[in-house]
Amino acid sequence: MRIGDAKQTYQADEAIWTSSTQKFWFSLLLLILLVFPFLANAYLLYLGCLVGIAVISTTGLNILTGFTGLISLGQAGFMGVGGYTVAWLSLNTGLPFPVALLLAGLMAAAVGILVGLPSLRVKGLYLAIATLAASVFLHFIFAEWEPVTGGMAGLSLEPAHLFGFTFQSDFRMYFIIVPLAVLMVFAARNVFRTRVGRAFIAIRDRDISAEILGINLLRYKLMSFALSSFYAGVAGGLFAYFYRVVTPESFPLAMSIFYLAAVIVGGMGNLLGGILGAAFMTLVPEILKLLTAALTPFYPNAPVFMSPMLEIIFGALIVGFLIFEPHGLAEIWHRIRRFFSLWPFRN
Amino acid sequence: MSILEISDLSLSFGGVKALQEVSFRVPENTVTTIIGPNGAGKTSLFNCISGFYKPQQGTIRYQGKDLAGTRPPARAALGLARTFQNIALFRGMTVLDNIKLGAHVHMKSGLLGSLMYFGAARREELAIREEVERRIIDFLEIDHIRRQPVASLSYGLQKRVELARALAMRPKVLMLDEPVAGMNREEKEDMARFILDIREEWGVTVLMVEHDMGMVMDISDHIAVLNFGQVITEGLPAEVQKNPEVIRAYLGNSDIDSLRKKLNPDREAA
Repeated sequence: MRIGDAKQTYQADEAIWTSSTQKFWFSLLLLILLVFPFLANAYLLYLGCLVGIAVISTTGLNILTGFTGLISLGQAGFMGVGGYTVAWLSLNTGLPFPVALLLAGLMAAAVGILVGLPSLRVKGLYLAIATLAASVFLHFIFAEWEPVTGGMAGLSLEPAHLFGFTFQSDFRMYFIIVPLAVLMVFAARNVFRTRVGRAFIAIRDRDISAEILGINLLRYKLMSFALSSFYAGVAGGLFAYFYRVVTPESFPLAMSIFYLAAVIVGGMGNLLGGILGAAFMTLVPEILKLLTAALTPFYPNAPVFMSPMLEIIFGALIVGFLIFEPHGLAEIWHRIRRFFSLWPFRN
Repeated sequence: MSILEISDLSLSFGGVKALQEVSFRVPENTVTTIIGPNGAGKTSLFNCISGFYKPQQGTIRYQGKDLAGTRPPARAALGLARTFQNIALFRGMTVLDNIKLGAHVHMKSGLLGSLMYFGAARREELAIREEVERRIIDFLEIDHIRRQPVASLSYGLQKRVELARALAMRPKVLMLDEPVAGMNREEKEDMARFILDIREEWGVTVLMVEHDMGMVMDISDHIAVLNFGQVITEGLPAEVQKNPEVIRAYLGNSDIDSLRKKLNPDREAA
């Protein structure tokens, strides 16, 4: 049980980590993230990179859907814009990766602002359909604008590089992806302890009274779209560097739904939820596959039965979460924390 | 000197005339109250002043300037703050964040500053935190709940937090839509005390809509009476109380006629 939580200054009270316990656990997490690539095998490393990319994109969508209350099915499209920007830059300019990723984010943000324009008039499901239309439209551009996007065949790109150092392996990409994911989650955290983030939440909770408080709705909705798409663009750019090929099928509509599901399963309007949701959505299908492999020695037919079942089990898990834990994985985490902050007392 | 001057304001929704040539003044640094039966158009009038409804006719002058064409966020920046009849707090946020939101128009940090946090954005946040703590949270006696989510608070406390948020806007005119509706006696007394202090210590003009006549007569400096979208009378509480038209508006036409017949049957007959 923790007691004596008194602060001397407002600065100490407004900090992200307000106790040394939190700082300790967070440092431990960073340490684990740092050591992980040296201990993990190729498969785990691959998954680690995928989770990192998913965390960035999910955090982006969480800003828009979870915090600002604007449902978007355009996430895959925005990631595609980032992915194609990186691929095109890699083939035509040879810019180092930080510049390319920044441009990918900015490009996606610009597209995001355009897609967000209807959001002043339409909300909820109608906005979801509008962003869905944008997503279909972007997919069409990826497939048809051959001189730039390479059409259905897509583009293959060079590995990411900086000062002559190339990141051609998963091991090296890990050291781009994971630090960037940590940095971007912290940036998002910062947004939500300042004026801009509060304005986003105000728009989600009650847009009419937000306006009365002097919040310009269009400006902040577009800002949310831009920020969210920036995250998606960077994630898409990393995706392109990671697989070193982008095709229209790299960013299918199902991917948008994947990220929306990650936000909902993790916990809408909760940054930790976005992280947990991204990890859950990426890892659970893999864990189910591993289970199948583990069962095969005992039931030789397991792959035959299980492979069609995987999707069903995965879907059932999501439905289960929505019913039994509507506030998402983040809520489970908060419960555990509450338990330990009172421990050894019951309540 | 009147800070808010409403003249000839008319508003209709289709055939329904919500306001008809409403004119009245809000003298500076007073508690001015609009009273009237349900459906008289009080909240519609508030919505016109905040800029949600566009009146078909008439003007609203604030500090001598016509407000027509000024969007609601810009009106907030000019110093018009309000609370709502059915509390309009942001339920997902803590009390502290709700109040800080009130200061939104007085802050500057943009998206990039927010992402970085350190530097200008942090200085601004800490300055606002201090202002909110010293001037508002202490004043309204809500320091024990500052970390709680708004949704978990009692009705009376939520009303108080909404008042706090409006104060964080550094208002010149504070519009309160039924500030004590649904409160118990103690909460009402607290609220009345806060309203008087806001006028005296902060120099803010209070414009309020309220049904609780006891409180209205106690704390108002100026009262306007609205009925069926028209101003029947305005003046000091004592004058308004005696006005026969006001009594009729509240008791109904038939009542006062029958009352009069019973009282002096001879004169009515003559």
